[in-house]
Amino acid sequence: MKKRLFLSAVAVAIAFTSPSFSFAQDNTFKVGLILPMTGPFASTGKQIDAAVKLYLAQNGDTAAGKKIQVILKDDASTPDSTKRLAQELIVNDKVNVLAGFGLTPLAFATAPLATQSKTPMVVMAAATSSITQASPYVVRTSFALPQAAVAIADWAPKNGIKKVVTLVSDFGPGIDAEKFFKDRFTFNGGVVTETLRVPLRNPDFAPFLQKVRDLKPDAMYVFVPSGAGAAVVKQYIERGMDKAGIKLIGTGDVTDDDILNGMGDSTLGMVTSHHYSAAHKSAVNQKFVAAFEKANGGLRPNFMAVGGYDGMRVIVEALKTTKGKGTGDDLLAAMKGQIFESPRGPMFIDAQTRDVVHNIYIRKVEKQNGQLYNVEFETIKDVKDPGKAK
Amino acid sequence: MLTILFDGVAYGMLLFILAVGLAVTMGLMNFINLAHGAFAMAGGYITVLLMQKMGVPFLWCLPLSFMGAALLGAVLEVTLYRRLYGKPHLDQVLFSIGLVFMAVASTDYFVGSTLQIIQLPEFLKGRTELWMDTPFALGMGHYRLFIVAVCAALTVALQLILSKTRFGSRLRAAVDDQRVAAGLGINVNVVFLATFAVGSGLAGLGGALGAEVLGLDPTFPFKFMVYFLIVVAVGGTTTITGPLLAALLLGIADVAGKYYVPKLGAFIVYTLMIVILIWRPQGLFSRGGKS
Repeated sequence: MKKRLFLSAVAVAIAFTSPSFSFAQDNTFKVGLILPMTGPFASTGKQIDAAVKLYLAQNGDTAAGKKIQVILKDDASTPDSTKRLAQELIVNDKVNVLAGFGLTPLAFATAPLATQSKTPMVVMAAATSSITQASPYVVRTSFALPQAAVAIADWAPKNGIKKVVTLVSDFGPGIDAEKFFKDRFTFNGGVVTETLRVPLRNPDFAPFLQKVRDLKPDAMYVFVPSGAGAAVVKQYIERGMDKAGIKLIGTGDVTDDDILNGMGDSTLGMVTSHHYSAAHKSAVNQKFVAAFEKANGGLRPNFMAVGGYDGMRVIVEALKTTKGKGTGDDLLAAMKGQIFESPRGPMFIDAQTRDVVHNIYIRKVEKQNGQLYNVEFETIKDVKDPGKAK
Repeated sequence: MLTILFDGVAYGMLLFILAVGLAVTMGLMNFINLAHGAFAMAGGYITVLLMQKMGVPFLWCLPLSFMGAALLGAVLEVTLYRRLYGKPHLDQVLFSIGLVFMAVASTDYFVGSTLQIIQLPEFLKGRTELWMDTPFALGMGHYRLFIVAVCAALTVALQLILSKTRFGSRLRAAVDDQRVAAGLGINVNVVFLATFAVGSGLAGLGGALGAEVLGLDPTFPFKFMVYFLIVVAVGGTTTITGPLLAALLLGIADVAGKYYVPKLGAFIVYTLMIVILIWRPQGLFSRGGKS
């Protein structure tokens, strides 16, 4: 008797809960967003999270009849955590799309899971060229470092810089930044006299900078991940390298919009190449920057924010195209080939490489309305990742 | 050449100030305090917050961060550390590493995890260069000069206090034999309390001075714990000069290693430590025999 009562109770419970359960399944579209929200690269996570929220606030959080739910997880930029969190999101939360990935090793740790579970993985930050080859389910909306590195390597020799020492963070994108700069710069007739690699988590640049100074190149080419540029620039100034006639050039990660004002006037005149500047002149960008600053207490969006904003757009548009019914493969197909105007300018997702194609700008730090900005003065149109040209 | 030497000395001096408190607690009080770096971080954050939120000038922040860290050290000594003096070393290690985790997490929670940047006053920003076009070119950042000067003054003061004052002799007596010292009317608890507080305060001062050079974020205690321990292990814990020379050696080796063999980077320091410890397991300057 007791047993039967129990069984019927269970049956009722199942009957009661299961429809609502499947109801929830059908009507939410889940995005698992994994970002470094704590630790040394927390600024990346903060920017992307804010941008994702902004996109949904501006465009509504329902599309194709589904409510878009973003599940944010903090991996503190440890690859093991990223992988574990991705697994939890796929298995327990049954997310439709994975997104985020603040640094290259984090993206690489997750890529095999995306392949196995056929879940599209939108990389919003990590910039090593080969990430899109790690899994056929990777779609990138940030940028590929070789795009920026090659652009500055073309610009420098035309502007009196013939001898360069490179200084990069010793991990995936740093090595990309070094290799593609060096190849192109040498091809253009320049000389790279020394290539220095600094450990990723080592804020003491002093001995490396002293080495550069003693080598007396025309310029020092720098790549460090977003957020770490301030330490380099400070010590570059402290060492009097600007006065010794050594220019500082690099990819735009060094004069990151997020921290540019904190670095002070000593950055004036520094030339970098990148795909996004908060000072980009377009109506779309002005609207984006104003809304972003308003929603985040005056925080200026940087290239990480744009990667997150565009990444969310790619996801939502794919959801619309597939009318909310799609599997991972359908979503992936709908992400490929999207063309739209981003705050950075026109961009599209190359259907073959699943990587972003966009303009690269050469910019110089200037003062506008009492604030420091990277002001764009040259545009190289529709740059494909040179890392995949072979 | 000389520039590298100078940078190494400045770096070593800074490490010394950061680690000397640890040498004192470990060598004199026989307590392994892995949470030492947390006091340094506290000092660093006191400076950063005072400067950013309240506009306190940098030079005033230094004594304030010393006092802040010393006060924190004193409170924790009375409430927590005192209970562990007699316990086995493993207990002490587990306890203090737990403190480090708590310090890291709470700093992350309250201040955020970004690398803190401080703006130095103008007169510390410059750089003096001597004999530039000779093989003996020497470039000295004023801030690094300032660090060297402060640390040198502190070293002399510490040495004098330990060897010449009554407090110094009480401390040495209390360390050599607690029971006899107590029997002679020395209040051992107060002596240890003061020593611990000063050691923490010095770490705090080091953290404040180092915020500019070493970079300050919540993982600071972990990043530099190894360096502190190397200084203490190599230098021995029985004197002040031991850790000083060890810190200088470490600083110069680190800077020179990164300069001349950038590809090996940080390994130089560890290699040096292993070699020295194989050669002299007691540390470079121990009295020998005393464990």
